[in-house]
Amino acid sequence: MIKFEDVTKFYPGQETAALRNINLEIDKGEFVFLVGQSGSGKSTFLRLILREYRPTKGNLYVAGKNLATLNQWKVPQLRRQMGMVFQDFRLLPGKTVYENVAFALQVIGKPNKLIRRIVPETLELVGLAGKGDRLGEELSGGEQQRVAIARAFVNRPKILIADEPTGNLDPETSVGIMKLLDRINRTETTVIMATHDASIVDQMRRRVLELRNGELVRDQSKGIYGTA
Amino acid sequence: MRHTLRETWSGLRRNLAMTIAVVVTVGVSLTLFGAGLLTASEVNLVKGRWYDKIEISVFLCTEYSSGGNCEAGKGTTEAQRASIQQTLEANPEVEEVFYESKDAAFEEFQRVFADSPILPSRTAEQMQDSFRIKLVNPENYQGVVSEASGLQGVQNVQDLRGVLDPMFRGLSAVQWATIVMSAFLLLAAALQISNTIRIAAFTRRREIGIMRLVGASNLYIVLPFLLESLVAGLIGVLIAALALSVGYYFIVVQNAQTLITALPWIGWSDVLTAILIVAVVGIALAIIPTLFATRKYVQI
Repeated sequence: MIKFEDVTKFYPGQETAALRNINLEIDKGEFVFLVGQSGSGKSTFLRLILREYRPTKGNLYVAGKNLATLNQWKVPQLRRQMGMVFQDFRLLPGKTVYENVAFALQVIGKPNKLIRRIVPETLELVGLAGKGDRLGEELSGGEQQRVAIARAFVNRPKILIADEPTGNLDPETSVGIMKLLDRINRTETTVIMATHDASIVDQMRRRVLELRNGELVRDQSKGIYGTA
Repeated sequence: MRHTLRETWSGLRRNLAMTIAVVVTVGVSLTLFGAGLLTASEVNLVKGRWYDKIEISVFLCTEYSSGGNCEAGKGTTEAQRASIQQTLEANPEVEEVFYESKDAAFEEFQRVFADSPILPSRTAEQMQDSFRIKLVNPENYQGVVSEASGLQGVQNVQDLRGVLDPMFRGLSAVQWATIVMSAFLLLAAALQISNTIRIAAFTRRREIGIMRLVGASNLYIVLPFLLESLVAGLIGVLIAALALSVGYYFIVVQNAQTLITALPWIGWSDVLTAILIVAVVGIALAIIPTLFATRKYVQI
């Protein structure tokens, strides 16, 4: 599903690489934690998969496409196969829960009939049944993150990328979000999650990738947060 | 599609003041630009018509004339006249040579200056015999002028272009000044559109961010902005078209055409052409700055 081949990323005008010689493969349906200190390259790693940047060197295959050579105008098609969730939710203000989720389908030209069917389905999946008419800002943090996950998942992407999705949430709420991501992962969706939350990583026992100063220093299946 | 139209409409409404400013600037600058175009086609029309009719006049010597190739106190002899006519007719640049006697010239003088106080100041004896030369191509007049100037019995060669050229130079300076001024205004309009769209895109940056993330196409993202500036631009074009038509009707159709019949005047087809050019410029003016202003939102 995702394959890094000796990927290096320099940001323009910077001496040190944000990521250096990364080689790894993530299979379809895997659940992967990405850990490391701030500035270790986690965000760059995720943004390369999203094709917000091109690798400076090396090849990066996502969903069968080499992002190093992928045509600019094919990027939207690529992104339709991915969902993205952020620490700060990024819901659109003034829109209801339903509208926030439907927006993701409207802007890629999905027919209204499909939207009316699939959005309530997805809201139910994330545990927000009956809350479609509420405004995003009226909800609790945990609920807002569920809306964001619904928006990311509503088009049934092959890959779900989450950048510290529990970073703004209390531990109890975080557990609920993790259960939801786990449920999504069981639908054969690859989930990649960058996190600082040690207890979550230790409880879930999934594959862990650790970055340090732009280098991959650990790739451990059923791993834990700290270097053991 | 509905989403796009709704976004366009809300963008126009949200930036109503800016939209009006854009419409006014575009309208005024395009009107000026169109006026420049119309002036240019009028100048060209007059130029073409007059240059076609331009003749070279070769004045012959009289007993009173001096200078040129005249012998003092003597008019041009019959033999010299015949030789001048022969030489001129032999020149391949010359299409036709007319002879105008001094009596004919005096009659013409009396007709033209019938009501003028200078009428009694001339007598038939003071007029000159002359040849009028029609050229094959009025642009190539210099060879004929220099040849005629060298002939015995020729007092003076007059070429109307020498008189008309400075006038046309003045007119074309006016026309270029109009077009250059309108170019500055058009630049201002382009910057204004670019700014307006930049602000509009900034107010919608969250939506745009999400759109990019979920894979909306670039066209889909840019379309509301394109339509927004296109609506403003087209209203500007409409204003300019109206102003040009009204201006043409009142200035040319109602007044100039009937008052100054000696000159040819541009017609509605020229106005239509100018409006079409103005429309193309107006549309480009709306689209290009918008693409520039939204570039950073669609590039990754």
